[in-house]
Amino acid sequence: MAILSSLIYDRTSPLSCAKIVVHLHASPANKEPGPYQQSKFSYFKLSFKEHGQIEFFRRLTEELSQKRWESTPMSQPIPTATNSQTGRTRAVGIVGIERKIEERRKETEKISQSKLMVKAKEMVELSRSIANKIKDKQGDITEDETIRFKSYLLSMGIANPVTRETHGSGTHYHLQLAKQLGDILLAPLEERGGMMALTEVYCLVNRARGMELLSPEDLVNACKMFESLKQPLRLRIFDSGVMVVQLQSHSEEEMISSALDNVTDKGSLTAEEFAKLLGLSVLLSKERLLLAEKMGHLCRDDSVEGLRFYPNLFNSQA
Amino acid sequence: MSFEWPWQYNFPPFFTLQPNVDTRQKQLAAWCSLALSYCRHHKLYTLDIMEVQECPVFNHKNIDRKLSTEAILIVFEELRKKGNLEWLDKNKTQCLVMWRRPEEWGKLIYQWVSKNGMVNTVFTLYELANGDDTESEEFHGLEEWMLIRSLQALQTDGKAEVITMDDGKGVKFF
Repeated sequence: MAILSSLIYDRTSPLSCAKIVVHLHASPANKEPGPYQQSKFSYFKLSFKEHGQIEFFRRLTEELSQKRWESTPMSQPIPTATNSQTGRTRAVGIVGIERKIEERRKETEKISQSKLMVKAKEMVELSRSIANKIKDKQGDITEDETIRFKSYLLSMGIANPVTRETHGSGTHYHLQLAKQLGDILLAPLEERGGMMALTEVYCLVNRARGMELLSPEDLVNACKMFESLKQPLRLRIFDSGVMVVQLQSHSEEEMISSALDNVTDKGSLTAEEFAKLLGLSVLLSKERLLLAEKMGHLCRDDSVEGLRFYPNLFNSQA
Repeated sequence: MSFEWPWQYNFPPFFTLQPNVDTRQKQLAAWCSLALSYCRHHKLYTLDIMEVQECPVFNHKNIDRKLSTEAILIVFEELRKKGNLEWLDKNKTQCLVMWRRPEEWGKLIYQWVSKNGMVNTVFTLYELANGDDTESEEFHGLEEWMLIRSLQALQTDGKAEVITMDDGKGVKFF
């Protein structure tokens, strides 16, 4: 930025956020190009929504008075732009950082692409051979081979071309992961009434792992394999799109009748009240109430006071 | 006799349009029945959408619940489909409520006429609906548009004929 002329801490209006106004000198002629060629403003404002402005102001004033950037080697002006052939360019400020990021990205892209081409070639050959085998129904394709094949495709992001299934396949990694999850999640699920939102599972599992965190995609893909691995867990997707991991033993009827019993007992319940009663998250308790409503056991009262569920007297009472 | 509210009237969910289709059907049936019996009790024949929202039927102040305009229109559509309601304008701001359908009124009127041995007599519409003789009858005070439709229904059945006279309409019963 151009050299600073003054720094003002704007405490004027109690209603708006605290602001720091940074006034700038006009830039000298020999200044290097920055993110903007020119601006009609000679100041910029920093707005602090919650807090931090006091500390920031103090530190900024300190830095500006020390002017540390003038004494570091990086401050030497360097001829810009056309240095990219040599690879590493030393550059100052935001522009320099941006340029480095861009270069790194391009390099990574080149490498990925070539690796991908090789893998793709292998894949095409493999797929052709297996597709032929499957077509002829000859040769012994073990289930394991088929699973592995489908899983490579899945990891490459290609849908299964042979049978057009959209779930049930996964990498060897996902298989292992699914087994692992089965072990890790049993106890937590029992504690939480047999159901956990996928987001809860994600946090729990990653917290336990520490390093080598799971990606959301890997988690979902692993969960999709529970059924084929005969794990006592299931991935379930509600109408609303909410995904949960559920213990097989917790049947739908149990959940619905428990919802109905609780609501009848208390006369009516909101999702929050139900959550407190069962020690569940509000999200999951709401899903149970909605399920019971869908099955016709509960009905809703939706007003400014909130959403409340009642036993469905329309059905039970004449 | 004061109006007797059905149990649903004190049930808060009654005032929320239910998303479950089966539940909604039962809810709407109850609303139709309530709306019609309320109109019958208070002898209401015409309704205005704006006014009706503040009417105790749809606005239950005691439990602080009211039926939304959207839901009221849905109830009215149900009534229209059953033949109990007719819109007076395209914008659906006013409607006729037939808590008794014209055919039913016609039947009542004819019963009274024949019971009193007044077949083959000519009545003016005014006499029929507002005369002293009919004061104790249910159709006493019936609004003219409804009366005419009822008589027309009888006419179709061959039980009456609507006649135009010098100063208005009249009817002869057979």
